Formats: sequence, structure tokens, C-alpha cells
Amino acid sequence: MADSQLIDSELLRFTTAGSVDDGKSTLIGRLLYDSKSIFQDQYEQIERISEKRGEEGVNLALLTDGLKSEREQGITIDVAYRYFATPKRKFIIADTPGHIQYTRNMVTGASSANVALILIDARNGVAEQTRRHAIIASLLQIPHVVVCINKMDLVDYDENIYNRIQDDFEKFAAKLDVIDVHFIPISALIGDNVVHRSTETPWYDGPTLMYYLENVHIASDHNFIDNRFPVQYVIRPYNDEYHDYRGYAGRVAGGVMKKGDEVMLLPSGFTTKIKMIQGPSGEQERAFPPESVTVLLDDDFDLSRGDMIVRANNKPEITQDVEIMLVWFDSDKPLQLKGKYTLMHTSQQVRCVVKEIRYKLDINSLHRLEEETDIHMNDVARVVLRTTKPLFVDAYRKNRITGSLILVDEGTNNTVGAGMII
Amino acid sequence: MDYNLSHIKELESESIFILREVAAQFENPVLMFSGGKDSILMVHLAYKAFFPAKVPFPLLHIDTGHNFPETIKFRDDLVKKIGAKLIVGSVQEAIDKRLVTEEKGVNASRNGLQTAVLLESLENGKYDAALGGARRDEEKARAKERFFSHRDEFGQWDPKNQRPELWNLFNGIHHLGEHFRIFPISNWTELDVWQYLAHEEVDLPSLYYAHERDVFERDGTLLADCDYIEKKPEEKVFRETVRCRTIGDMTCTGVWRSTAATTADIIEEVATTRMTERGGRTDDKRSETSMEDRKKKGYF
Repeated sequence: MADSQLIDSELLRFTTAGSVDDGKSTLIGRLLYDSKSIFQDQYEQIERISEKRGEEGVNLALLTDGLKSEREQGITIDVAYRYFATPKRKFIIADTPGHIQYTRNMVTGASSANVALILIDARNGVAEQTRRHAIIASLLQIPHVVVCINKMDLVDYDENIYNRIQDDFEKFAAKLDVIDVHFIPISALIGDNVVHRSTETPWYDGPTLMYYLENVHIASDHNFIDNRFPVQYVIRPYNDEYHDYRGYAGRVAGGVMKKGDEVMLLPSGFTTKIKMIQGPSGEQERAFPPESVTVLLDDDFDLSRGDMIVRANNKPEITQDVEIMLVWFDSDKPLQLKGKYTLMHTSQQVRCVVKEIRYKLDINSLHRLEEETDIHMNDVARVVLRTTKPLFVDAYRKNRITGSLILVDEGTNNTVGAGMII
Repeated sequence: MDYNLSHIKELESESIFILREVAAQFENPVLMFSGGKDSILMVHLAYKAFFPAKVPFPLLHIDTGHNFPETIKFRDDLVKKIGAKLIVGSVQEAIDKRLVTEEKGVNASRNGLQTAVLLESLENGKYDAALGGARRDEEKARAKERFFSHRDEFGQWDPKNQRPELWNLFNGIHHLGEHFRIFPISNWTELDVWQYLAHEEVDLPSLYYAHERDVFERDGTLLADCDYIEKKPEEKVFRETVRCRTIGDMTCTGVWRSTAATTADIIEEVATTRMTERGGRTDDKRSETSMEDRKKKGYF
């Protein structure tokens, strides 16, 4: 039993964003409850707390709001990770707050997601918050977006209302870069079309949310075309048995690497062949994202952390000038024009200077505000950076790993910005 | 051609990535080893991450002196097998030196004393990264923990001021005297751990499998009868077939009625159980936020 489950089940990461009232916590509670992922003692604990606070019924939001201050204020501050599994897939939910002041948390949750789950209250239709979540999903290039039109029970399961909201969303999404959008009419509270098909929506013939999550095609969410292997760590055993062993450890960031492949090493530009690929269970013929492996080369080159193994006929851009969409995280200091920051990209760590702030993006309307160059926490801006050393980059659209970077404040060492390379 | 990783292989790959990142970014990391299945999994993953080289960091065990004897034997055998260096931080020694004061009464536990001894051991060894086997599915405060979790010079955690973690980019840059707690298996659930350990045929302490033991009941939890716990007069010892779902100090680790004698039985049991594994931990039951409170002070 253990073995067949190991082979068959895939991992799907999805992100949710929402505020207190749109039913997000109820929906997550519903998914966990109906997939039997809430444990009895957890349930009893939140039952006790709900009762103590004089709430009506059991507040499922308490399952996700873990920190003391969150419980006191009744809001989600941070990204909370929740886990559940069905026989088909294992799911990781990055549950993030939806309010504009928590954009940085939404961006964090979105960065590794396969699917973005956007909730719309059927009574209110597409709201400012809906647009913001869609823009973030587009900015972070989440491969799949599923729009749940919630609280259908409160609008008498009216098909016209559903269709109008879908039209509104599609009109807006046409301006965005979202690839795959799905709509589902649900009631998280009652459970309509969440795990079980609703009898109240005969006009809807699409999948339930759970069916969608279990079956959406995620195998091609990684880039399997352009070979990119950032060297993370060099393994040198220094013992007699493995005297000349020099293994380059890392996680495949793009393409499929095979034993015998002709490869090019960056930054040197030398070419050689892959002699061996070692995975966690021994030697393997090929490696693809997101596998962690160790690569051995035919010739003796001295690669180190930050170097990259690629194909000669398919190189990333080698550049000291990068243009990015930047999300600013720092609550203390705005982004400094001409300011210097530590930049982390794949396994490289360099310094950079902010050369230009092109414009600020209004994340509710998509307007480019060219006069506004004061970039504060949760702002999104188009920015040009110059680095001390060349980076090996791809456009974020092409590869989320070689196309992303973070900025670190040189005084506090805090992560202050996230960038998507254009 | 289908390029699909199973969820377990993806988790394995993620954890190995984190372990290598620690070796690359930190000067002096250490792996916190409790003898439980999660830290055994960590050692197993570390072995794979650096093969054929040795694991490039020592193991640190905070010994309360109240461990199950099986745990200590297992620890010593494992250390010998992989050729690692073992460092032991002793709670008993700290009590003898009057660095900490032992709790009194029937619910006395050395669990809380571990924090002081852990922080002292980290300081003495000048470790800048302490790897731990905590998982986000274990407890609600841990659900908000980062892979790279920053601690100030007092070893404290500030949950409201955590560094955002995006993509594959982990920021471990720190000032002198600060350290990081690193949790490579954050995304594993209890079931994932068991499936993987079964698949890899990893040896585990016998405590995890059903065995007969003298136990008594306290507040709905079964505890192993031993010299370290003061029993109330009405608490009667009886013989029961049990197993541990987590392994900690004998004073606070509940045992479960179970007949799961093999790893396959355990997977079956875990897949159908309605209680979380920490449900048997009396240390978590002290208050609603007892894990968060302990973590802020520097607990595992």
C-alpha cells in the first residue's frame, strides 16, 4: 500500500487570499473537514475556544489563525500552511490575508503555488480585492487560477448572477497575464460544489472544487526545455575511496539533464559532458525540476557555488543589468534610488545598486504611476538594477526559478524586496 | 515522456535542497537530534544530501536525563553507524550546577529546562545554524514557522517579524551572535514521514512499535511508569500494549494503546487516526498558546 501511494500521488501547492468576511476560512475548513483532515483533538480545542469566546457554533477560522495576536485580533497576519491529502494528491495550502496591507504575505504564498484560489462573494461581485488578487496571481505567474463564486446560497443559486460575475472577471482578466482560469459556483458554508456536487446548481456542469484540485494538470508547470543547473554546493569527500570525487550538488531549475549530455559551464564558457548524475537513491539517467541531484563532469573543472551548468546552444542571459517588477516588503524604509542592496538569485549572492525606478504599479487598477517613485511596503514597481557581478537570468515568464530574485538590506539583513525579471 | 515526481520524492528533494543550503550559507551548523523519528529522518536525509562525503555537521542531543533508555541506545548506535560527532547538552548537569531549577510536584517535567540548556549549548559551540525536525502540521504555532527561522542574540523568535520566504531563495544572512533555526522537513506530515521511512527501510527505536509496558493514566493520557514521575495515590499502574507516536522526555510523552507492530501497521493507523500525534503531549496542554510561548523563548 505504501509503495503504490508513493508512486501515484502528486503534490499540489495552492494559495488562498481573502479577508475575514468572504468565507475563506470557512472554505478551507470545509476542504479539511470533508477530506477528514481535521483531527478530533484539534476540533475539540477550537470548539472549546469558540465556546469560551461566546461564538455561535465552531469557528473554523481558528484552525488557521495560529498566533496569539491573530486570535486576539481575529485576523490572519502571516502565511499559514495547512496540509491535507486525498488518495490522489497531497495538498499544501498557503493561506494568506487578503487585505492590501498584507500584499507581501500574498506574494510570498503565491511564489511557489501551482494554483491560486480566488474567492468572490456572490452578493458583491468582482471587488477591489478580487482584482488585486488576480493581479498578484498574474504578476507571480501562478499557472492556474480558480475563481470560486461563493455564498451562492445567499443569491438563490441564480445562474444569471453567476454568469454576470464571470463576465466581469473575464473582462478584467483579459488585461492580465493569467493563463488558465476556471469558475465554480460554491457555498463553502453549506458545502455546495466544494467536495460534493450541489443539487441546487443544475445549470453548472463543471467540476467541484475538490475534483478540480485533484485533476488540474500540473505536470508541465515546471520548465522542462531550457537546461539550467545552478551549482549549490560542491561535494568533496576527501577520503581514499572517493579520492578524485568532485560532485556538483544542486536542484534542477530547468530542462531535463541526461547522462552523456554536452554541457556548457558558466561563467567560464568551457564545455564538457555529464559523466554521472547521482540522486537521493543512487545513480540515475536523467534529472528534471525540482529534483535535487549531484552532477559529475567528464573533465576536471573547478566549479563553485553560484556557477551554472547549461547547454551551449541554449544559454540564459548573462548580464549585470536586470529590469524587474519589484514588490517592496520593508516597513521601516522605502526603496532607495541609488541605494545598495544584497541580491540573491539562484545560488548567487551579489551586491546591486538601484539605478532607476520607472513607475509604480497601482495594484487595484493596473495603472502605471510614472510620477510616483516613493516605493513603500506592499508597493509594486518597475525597477532597473545594476549588479557587481554578472547574473545568469531568464525572464520570469519563462522560468520562475532563474527569473526571480530577492533584495536584502545591508544593515538589518532583512529580506526587503522580491523581484521578477522582465 | 512524463516528468512527474511523487509527492514524497518532491518533499525529499526540497529537504535535501535546504540541508545543502545550510552547509553552503553557514559557518558552523549543528543538527538537533532528539532520537525521535523526525530527527532520524533528518539524519537520513542529511546522509543522502552530502553522499559520498560525511554529513558536514555534528549532532546535538539535549539530554533531560529522563529519556527512555531505548532512545539513548538507539542514538549511540546511529552516531557510530554514520560516523558523526555527537554533542550532549545535559539538563542534569545544569541542575547540578544550579543553572536551572527543577520543577516540583506531580506534573514536574524537565521539558521547559531544555530551552536554557539548548541555548547554552548553542552558545558554547558558537553554532550559527541549528537544524531541527519540526513540522508545520504538528502544532498551530509551528504552522507559521519559516524554513530559515531567525533568532536574535537571546535566541528568541519574533513571529510577527519573520523574513518572507519566496521561491527557492533562503536568506540566512545574520549578524554575529545571532543564529538560525532551520526546519528542512517543514512540509512533511506525520503520514509522509512514515511512508518515507517505510519506503527507505530506515531503522527506528523499538518504542514506536507496539509493545507491553507498565503504564498509568493521567488526565486521559497514558504515561509510562518510571522513577521520574511522582504518581498520585489514586493512579494505579497496569500492563498495556502500547506504542509511542512521538518520543520526548518520559515525563511528558504519552503512550497510545496500539497493536501496530510493523511500519505498515503504523501507516494504516496514522492514516485513519482522529487524534494528532501531539495530542499525547502534556507539555502542549499547559495553555492554548504554550507552544508559541515556548518557541518565542527559544524552544525547539
